[in-house]
Amino acid sequence: MDFSYDDEQEALRDAVRGLVGKAYGDYENRRQAVAEAPGFNEKLWQQMAEMGLLGLPFAEEDGGVGAGPVEIGIVCQELGRVIAPEPYLASVVLAGGLVAAVGTAEQRSEVLGALAGGERVLAFAHDEPGQRWSASAAGVTASESDGGWTLSGTKEPVVAGERADQLVVSAALPGGGTGLFLVDGSAATRTGYRGHDGTHAAKVELDGVTATPLGEAGADVTSSIATVLDIGRVMAANQALGAMQYSLRATSEYLKSRKQFGVTLNTFQALTFRAADMYVSLELTHSLVDWATMVVEGGDPTAVADAAARVGLQVSRAGRHIGQETIQLHGGIGVTAEYSVGSYMAHLTALDHLLGDGGHHLRGLSAAVMDHEDVDPLTVA
Amino acid sequence: MQLQLSEEMKAFREEMRTFFTTEVSEEIRTAVAEQRELTKEQIVESMRTLNAAGLAVPHWPVEWGGRDWSELQRHIWHEEMQRACVPAPLAFNASMIGPVIAHFGTEEQKAEFLPKTANLDIWWSQGFSEPDAGSDLASLRCAAVRDGDDFVVNGQKTWTTLGQYGDWIFNLVRTDPEAKKQAGISMLLIDMTTPGVTVRPIELIDGGYEVNEVFFEDVRVPAANLVGDLNGGWTIAKFLLGNERVGVAPVGATKRSLARFKELAADVIADDPLLRARIVELENELLALELTALRVVAHSTDGEPHPASSVLKLKGTELQQAVSELAVDLAGPASLAGGADDATGSALDPWARRVTPTYLNFRKASIYGGSNEVQRQIISRTILGL
Repeated sequence: MDFSYDDEQEALRDAVRGLVGKAYGDYENRRQAVAEAPGFNEKLWQQMAEMGLLGLPFAEEDGGVGAGPVEIGIVCQELGRVIAPEPYLASVVLAGGLVAAVGTAEQRSEVLGALAGGERVLAFAHDEPGQRWSASAAGVTASESDGGWTLSGTKEPVVAGERADQLVVSAALPGGGTGLFLVDGSAATRTGYRGHDGTHAAKVELDGVTATPLGEAGADVTSSIATVLDIGRVMAANQALGAMQYSLRATSEYLKSRKQFGVTLNTFQALTFRAADMYVSLELTHSLVDWATMVVEGGDPTAVADAAARVGLQVSRAGRHIGQETIQLHGGIGVTAEYSVGSYMAHLTALDHLLGDGGHHLRGLSAAVMDHEDVDPLTVA
Repeated sequence: MQLQLSEEMKAFREEMRTFFTTEVSEEIRTAVAEQRELTKEQIVESMRTLNAAGLAVPHWPVEWGGRDWSELQRHIWHEEMQRACVPAPLAFNASMIGPVIAHFGTEEQKAEFLPKTANLDIWWSQGFSEPDAGSDLASLRCAAVRDGDDFVVNGQKTWTTLGQYGDWIFNLVRTDPEAKKQAGISMLLIDMTTPGVTVRPIELIDGGYEVNEVFFEDVRVPAANLVGDLNGGWTIAKFLLGNERVGVAPVGATKRSLARFKELAADVIADDPLLRARIVELENELLALELTALRVVAHSTDGEPHPASSVLKLKGTELQQAVSELAVDLAGPASLAGGADDATGSALDPWARRVTPTYLNFRKASIYGGSNEVQRQIISRTILGL
């Protein structure tokens, strides 16, 4: 049992921190990057490709690096620290993860190679109006005729949906179940917009567009989608952890420098005790995030689903606590878009609702709470 | 990063589990599981069983019975003990005065006291808090004045846990009334049978007598019973309180308690989605706490506690209290029957009659061992630099 990074992992963390810190260390750069489409820094995306970050999770024969969840978690934490708007979760972890999970060898090599090289941005078109964090699709349907497949229906919100060169689309199959399809970005009707935290998303309308089945045509891949979503939850938790770490550090610095009544704010115990409670939330979250990441490394889908729900619940609770207190302890400047911390709360709120909020996970865990005597972290995985 | 225990640690865990579940009296472990009060004899018997196997004081120096274990081994030992419902070695002996004498004591003091302390031949009491010195311990006033070969002690201590069983008391006393308050304190070892020592039990809201007031009236204590330097007591107190905080988060015991109430009240829980949600939240927070404890032990070096250890005390006691509160709610109206016992022929489940005293008693947990407000102070000052 070991909770520390090895030398290579430390080097990766330092390299990513250096790269994204250069791009977004000055918060104003982040603000400008999200102001207009595509909502992120294309040059940084290319640099991430050159560093091997976009191919990190994928096998070497598919054009990837073959790294594990711990490494991907490191990248996500560092992106979270500067709330980088690059669509790493959407494009690499989710869309790329699905191609890796269900694609044919040929598809994997072609799509993932292009993704890893920075030549192609992917998006996962999955959420639908009226659906809440389900692994299956309902509103977009797939039809087969003459050996070809077409898709119809609406996906929204689709993170990076407007910018994506290629979409991985989930659709209800004619024979039941959910299949995955590759669709050219330009074949869909896309309406992009900027989300509350600067993340760009889109409405994606599919009107009988031609689609290529990902993997075996007509196969129900709901369970593969569920597992990739669970891995996405754990990586989103890593990203949220980075954002929370920054938030608490910024708050501590602010309490030490901001003066009122002629003294710095850290003179007031009403404030420092609240910061102490934020630290408690942060450390507990850090432990669960590291654990869940190691459970993903273990690879058992049932264990991963459980760990994803548990870390999702904790991150939801802690993200709200730390995000809200960060703003309160900063005072008015915390709610301005010109200063960083308010956007951190906005981003934590987006991550909270991207793949399932605390209530969603609590409901799932509640249904199974009498199935076990207790929860032993060391027997999972 | 690696989740699994090494083969060596798995074997160690198995060894501990086997010992605790087969060598410690079943009657004592059942009493702990059912949260019944242990007798003095049971506490002594359990500690002697551990000591005979070298498992009572593993963190002491090897020459005095220590085992030179890693922090992880010590953690596993502690968790398995709680899991098996084995009473922890008496904290006043094993965690408090033992390490102090081993670190600050004279060779004569070590030889005289350490073997008897490890075997609970001496039951130690803690003489720290006073009516006007709680969290602000350094303002203590109990005085010791040198007179020939003795110190003469006058004053009062309070909240002396299980002082009614105490043979000896390690007492913080003021030896220099002129010095700055931390600088004039010393530690004396006092035989509680010495004339002038009086113990008065204090009844608590759970109906029990767990704490006491101890009065000292012209108590003569040989100067040889001074621990460490004259007026060096504050350093010793900080050393002791630092040790007290480690292992103060009862993760294993709280987990075991929650699992037990889930089983006992399974019917009530099955019909109630709000109770199920509450249990999920508690299990999740306990999981996060347990993992934090593992992170802390994995990263502690040279016995220096990881800064996050304050989190363990703070959150650990909050969860201990929350589970005891849940138990009262699970018991429902039966929780009112605290005064009923088997002799009265109560028709209610015994567990349900015991939960309210435990809930009331556990309010102490966020107060002792450095109150949770003191822990917040430590976090904000030491860790966040505020």
